[in-house]
Amino acid sequence: MGDFLQETKAQLGRWMIHLKREPFNVAFNLVNPLILLIFMGGAFQALARDSVGGDYRSYLLPGILALTAFGNSMAGGIPLLFDRETGFLLRLMSAPISRASILVSRFLAVNLSTMLQCLLILALGLLFGARIATGLGGVVALLMIGLLLGFGVTVISLILAFVLENHGDFFAILGVTALPLSFLSSAFVPLDALPLWMRLLARVNPMTYAIDAMRSLILTGWDWPRLLLMVIVLLVFDGAMFWLGARVLSRQLA
Amino acid sequence: MSDPVIRIENLRKSYGPVVALDGISLEVKQGEIFGLLGPNGAGKTTTVKILTTLVRPDGGKAEVAGTDVLSDPAKVRSLVGYVPQELTVDPYLTAQEHLSYYADLYHLPAASRETRIQEALALVGLAGLEDRRARHLSGGTKKKLDLACGLIHRPPVIVLDEPSLGLDVQVRRDVWNYIVRLKERGTTLFLCTNYMDEAERLCDEVAIIDRGKIVAMGSPAALRSQLKRDVVSVEIASANEHHGESLESLEKAVSQLSMVQRSVKDGTRLKIYVESNDAALPKIIEAAASVGISVQSITYSRPGLDDVFLHYAGRAFSAGGESGG
Repeated sequence: MGDFLQETKAQLGRWMIHLKREPFNVAFNLVNPLILLIFMGGAFQALARDSVGGDYRSYLLPGILALTAFGNSMAGGIPLLFDRETGFLLRLMSAPISRASILVSRFLAVNLSTMLQCLLILALGLLFGARIATGLGGVVALLMIGLLLGFGVTVISLILAFVLENHGDFFAILGVTALPLSFLSSAFVPLDALPLWMRLLARVNPMTYAIDAMRSLILTGWDWPRLLLMVIVLLVFDGAMFWLGARVLSRQLA
Repeated sequence: MSDPVIRIENLRKSYGPVVALDGISLEVKQGEIFGLLGPNGAGKTTTVKILTTLVRPDGGKAEVAGTDVLSDPAKVRSLVGYVPQELTVDPYLTAQEHLSYYADLYHLPAASRETRIQEALALVGLAGLEDRRARHLSGGTKKKLDLACGLIHRPPVIVLDEPSLGLDVQVRRDVWNYIVRLKERGTTLFLCTNYMDEAERLCDEVAIIDRGKIVAMGSPAALRSQLKRDVVSVEIASANEHHGESLESLEKAVSQLSMVQRSVKDGTRLKIYVESNDAALPKIIEAAASVGISVQSITYSRPGLDDVFLHYAGRAFSAGGESGG
């Protein structure tokens, strides 16, 4: 156990150094959420007041948070794919380390950076006039929901890092997931306002449940049944992804 | 006589239809520098990857210090320091951070870390550069850092894949010096190379590998002396579009000479293997003149490993790059 902690801590330390010395990687993920928060929030503020029943920026904030968590988690595997491409990973694997430490350290690093990004988005949201009905406790809950969504998505990303052949494919997949999936959820408009086919897809999108729960925390208060539904859906989603990840990655890293 | 540190027996590996290793066997003794010499695609990297537990063999056996790579890979990993062919430094980390990273991956206790890090930095001449990020280091210095990362846990066996590939002359010489220094510390070194001079200069024992098979093995001196012959290399006057034909007729002419054992065409040159004989040079020049060929240059040399390769593999070393694996 001591060995596992030592090697996991070392690898996590490397990812933290990357985070510190290459902050633009983080900024890159924040581009879309910020554009949406600032411009879409501004553009639709007046128009949407009636349909969402209140301040559109506050309405939008949970969608932006979910997009941030999803996007960062989905991109989380890329550095491992780079390590595969450069040979760094192979060398790492010639060391007497547990293969799991490679995954665990990256998983922790991704979710730590997701949490930081969500905090930043929340702070900006507040700066732009959004208000959180549940206060400080709500902030903690919002971060937790972001992570709960991020966990499963991070596992998908780790799988992609080991099954894709090159990072070009990875970026292509990124381009067609985070933003499109946000539109296929309740991120920007109420589900009822979506056409039927989009509504159906949004219903099976775990993002929708995270967003609805976050939205109730921001706009109204502690809506326990909704929070419970979110926790169940996201735990099922995370559990399924962990199961899939364990199967695929134990083979890939053998 | 102590047991060999590395023992490979009838090792086989294929990638789909491509046979990378076709049953190689070799032994490396404690404290020696063993060189696996061959062209690209001969099976060198596959051998290294099996020894470092990164690739599973299809058949045969590979052991490091008596431990089988398949039955206890974790133990083998802790015994071997591996420096791959490509640079594997992380541009964002400093030299010091690299070493402390690998110190943790090899589970060095906190008490000895600092000493080991300083020792590794000093050995490859990186003292003073420890706080420089790898992206700001020159290519040669990155390679030195890469080497240092493989030494940090003082492994009894170090595996180096093409240690001087793409390095300039000075760095190459430095790297060779570190390799010799490691040997002096008692480390067993297994290195792959496609540089003849590197193998001749460093290795106690060399196995020549070609198309997944070991074609010759022994000390560089023994391999040379097995050939029992010297080499006369004749270059015919260039700017002659018929030089192919000229080489043919020269080959025919010299084959009549009693001291000539065999000849092989190598580009615009003809390599003629002769029994050690002082009369060989004048006789060959005479033979060339008799068929009307003007000789541009002629050299007489003791055989090198490239001649050994040519002899055993049946083709010139430089022509060997096309096969897979």
